[in-house]
Amino acid sequence: MFDQILQFVLTGVTVGATYALVALGFAIIYNASDVVNFSQGEFVMLGAMGSIAFSAGNGLPLWLAAICAVLLVICVGMALQRFAIAPARGASVVTTIIITIGASIFLRGVALLLWGKDIFGMPHFSGEEPIKIGEATLLPQNLWVMGGASVLVLGVHYFFNHTTNGKAVLACSCNRTAAQLVGINVSRMMLIAYGLSALLGSLAGILVAPITFTSYDAGVMLGLKGFSAAILGGFGNPMGAVAGGLLLGLIESLAAGLISSGYKDAIGFVILLLVLFFKPSGLFGKASAERV
Amino acid sequence: MKIRKTVSMLAAGLLLSLAAAQTSAGDTIKVGTFLAVTGPASFLGDPELKTLQMYVEEVNAGGGVDGRQVELIHYDTGGNAKEAVNFAKRLIQKDKVDVIVGGSTTGTTLAVMPLVESSEMPFISLAGAVSIIRPVKKWTFKTPHTDAMAAAKIFGDMQRRGISKVALISGSGGFDKSGRAQSLELARQYGITMVADESYGAKDTDMTAQLAKIRDTDAQAILNFGFGTGPAIVTKNVRQLGITLPLYQSHGVASKKYIELAGDAAEGVRLPAAALLVAEQLPDSDPQKAVLLSYKNKFEAKYGDVSTFGGHAYDGLFMALEAIDRANSTDKAKVRDEIERTTGFVGTGGIFNMSPTDHLGLGINAFKMLEIKNGDWSIVQ
Repeated sequence: MFDQILQFVLTGVTVGATYALVALGFAIIYNASDVVNFSQGEFVMLGAMGSIAFSAGNGLPLWLAAICAVLLVICVGMALQRFAIAPARGASVVTTIIITIGASIFLRGVALLLWGKDIFGMPHFSGEEPIKIGEATLLPQNLWVMGGASVLVLGVHYFFNHTTNGKAVLACSCNRTAAQLVGINVSRMMLIAYGLSALLGSLAGILVAPITFTSYDAGVMLGLKGFSAAILGGFGNPMGAVAGGLLLGLIESLAAGLISSGYKDAIGFVILLLVLFFKPSGLFGKASAERV
Repeated sequence: MKIRKTVSMLAAGLLLSLAAAQTSAGDTIKVGTFLAVTGPASFLGDPELKTLQMYVEEVNAGGGVDGRQVELIHYDTGGNAKEAVNFAKRLIQKDKVDVIVGGSTTGTTLAVMPLVESSEMPFISLAGAVSIIRPVKKWTFKTPHTDAMAAAKIFGDMQRRGISKVALISGSGGFDKSGRAQSLELARQYGITMVADESYGAKDTDMTAQLAKIRDTDAQAILNFGFGTGPAIVTKNVRQLGITLPLYQSHGVASKKYIELAGDAAEGVRLPAAALLVAEQLPDSDPQKAVLLSYKNKFEAKYGDVSTFGGHAYDGLFMALEAIDRANSTDKAKVRDEIERTTGFVGTGGIFNMSPTDHLGLGINAFKMLEIKNGDWSIVQ
């Protein structure tokens, strides 16, 4: 029984780490611009599909292909901000959400045209020999996902708390006008926020692709799960998003293992609803008051 | 005088019959079809349409059927059942087709069936579900194998290996669910008990939790009914957890893509599949071999990788055309009767023997049991 639970926890943490990275991307953009970016899942898909395409077509080594893909996705993220979100400044939240949903459909369509409906796999970074912990096992790639996620989360934490640019992005989220008045280049900060989100999304995609495979529509479910994780943790709180992601992964895996695999998604969403019911700002979110 | 009259009457009769033959030769045989060429089920509709077009062209180049050219009238449903009904109405009422060969998905086929039955139109469906032909509907036939046949084939193989306790894991898609239901229903007939019944979401990325649970049961084999990425992930997770039980997959993964994705983990996996997949490996005595190789080579020369789905369209088209040939007319009732009388028709899906109680006409020997060895299919004897 203990071995079994250990396996559920290991599975939950790996899956949760992916959710956490997607959720973090949601949180960063929301923080900087009050926009819920529903094309976050497509960044994940593009990161994975891009690196597979670069390493297949031009025969680039995987690490170089991955870097190219990440750069490409960052450009996509910045372009999304510049050409779709920025022109609609001042529009209502619903409008911007519709814009990002539109962008996600567009990106999925482009991926479909470029790569078709096939499912693609990616080689594992360091072999597929399972690592045994008692009777539970995990793959070296699982460690890559967890390690990569930890490094990225710490990096984001450092960026927001200890660099001028990071603090400037936070300032924009607190009060855009005031930030502009003290000389912060708001539109540049927005680009940075979208670029950073795209970077996180694409890296998450590359880290998990060897385990999960990828296809043009792989971003849909990941985007949805990442969004739920961000809400669970408290929207707009980066560390809350990470905690929410891990928690959602653990809940799903334990529910599948201990209760019923058929209802694991339902159980995840029921817990999400309960949290929102009792604490509408999420587990780690600060209660906010809207000024009218 | 009398003789002359008879001769002239004979001549006149001959002329008339010649004229009649000519008009009927000028008439085309209209084959109607509605397929999901775009949309989520395009992996079915796309090769089906290409197959129909390719062979209608070939039949016409060879002089047609009974000297009549074949005309293909096609509409794209995008997999939408409502559209399918509209298009079927159009095929029957406006285009006045002689026979319909189409309906890529179970949903579109079932939606169209009431209309087909009430307008008495011979219809050969290309969709999978058993519910299309059971109970038998007078005017509806189908060519693809059913999930129940796949499950029966798997259980038969398990029985031979002395396996009686099986853990089932399936996805949440339509194909997966239907396969799961058929498996649960059929298991008892083969003396098999299901000791686990786990499931996973269509886009889930890790099934180790479900499989760790299965590992703690007394199952002697694992059966995964699924489609898409799920089965490949299950295969990898099974090996990751160090589970050494035999793993069975369904015909849903019968493509090279599965072996490519699952890699080494796929070694030793068994699955039922249509003979098209292993056409080259069949013994020369197999009556299907020539048909399969000819279809495969023609399709691949023109469009690239062949799929079993296109094969269903091949079977449907030729079954219909041969029935029209035998009936010597396009009278709908006669054509229907002839389709029902189809015996020993060698298609890509198997050898069809239709009857008034069986509108599919395939036995479970239409499936071959395959095992993956050295990254390729091999036939289990």
